[in-house]
Amino acid sequence: MVIRPQIERRAAVSLLLEDRDQLLVVSGLGSPTWDVAAAGDHPRNFHLWGAMGGAAMVGLGLARARPDLPVLVITGDGEQLMGMGALATIGAAAPGNLAIVVLDNRHYGETGMQPSHTGLGTRLDEVAVASGFRWTERHADIQAMPGLRRRIHAKEGPGLAVLEIGTDEPSRIMPERDGVFLKNRFRADLQAG
Amino acid sequence: MRTHGKALHELFRKRDIRHITHVPDAGHAELIRLASTDDAFVSTALTTEEEGIACLAGAWLGGERGALLMQSSGVGNCINMLGLTEICRFPLLMFVTMRGEWAEQNPWQRPMSRAVQPCLEAMNVIVQRADDVDELLDLSEAAIDMAYAGDHAIAILISQKLIGRKTW
Repeated sequence: MVIRPQIERRAAVSLLLEDRDQLLVVSGLGSPTWDVAAAGDHPRNFHLWGAMGGAAMVGLGLARARPDLPVLVITGDGEQLMGMGALATIGAAAPGNLAIVVLDNRHYGETGMQPSHTGLGTRLDEVAVASGFRWTERHADIQAMPGLRRRIHAKEGPGLAVLEIGTDEPSRIMPERDGVFLKNRFRADLQAG
Repeated sequence: MRTHGKALHELFRKRDIRHITHVPDAGHAELIRLASTDDAFVSTALTTEEEGIACLAGAWLGGERGALLMQSSGVGNCINMLGLTEICRFPLLMFVTMRGEWAEQNPWQRPMSRAVQPCLEAMNVIVQRADDVDELLDLSEAAIDMAYAGDHAIAILISQKLIGRKTW
């Protein structure tokens, strides 16, 4: 059996959210939402607890309403697979300020670790290339995070990065789950400038 | 005579309904064309209707308004994503051109057509129906107020008779 190097998900997300400045963050349901919460509460986080397949599109709407600010969607392979058409929509809309990071453990972690389609051959970074994204990256080494972080802030997207992570499930760090609160807090913080 | 496409385009402009998300649709063709070639709008072509629900939620997080254009068959694709709208109380405006009713010649349009209103209402979307252009404008003005002042989700069904016969 070949042991592939893998990125530790919490550490990677934490590095991507360092010195986040103006960054707006949307997290996809399940573990990516726990990972973003573990990096620290922030009014410019919008956490999805449902709406599977919708994270990238929430990011697109946000990116097009606020083209002045970088927008980062952090989601899982299963969540993005359910919204694969969104990659075509985003490629066509071509928002420079939108980046998607897929935490790819090749499994559906929340439902009992069934293999996902990325474990069965789909390469979401190549789907993004074929959909017209301006940059894609694939990493199995956490050393790449500072460079990826700079790229997310550079607003030269749309971009998508696949991070090859392990199947370990770190403890659940749960953010606020009241959607109305998350929405109002996010909007108020943006309006305050 | 003012068409429903021109009427909605003018209304959207006047009321700052900026993000127009759409799938291809003959009944909305004029509105899609007008919005896509007008710099006042951000027009997004979707691969499937539920993308528009999430996209407009994101636009509202960023402080802007929009509308989702689709045909009756597309309502079925939106059901789960409407949970996002309800649980976060996002405002939502859907404009649904109806098939499967007046003068429909394709029976495959009928099942989803019949299910449009009960499905939307099951997901807590207010449903209203326009049978002529004046009524459509009146309902749309009111729907914009309800959505963007009251955080409601509203679908306006544009009847097949208003759109006119499909030429086969």
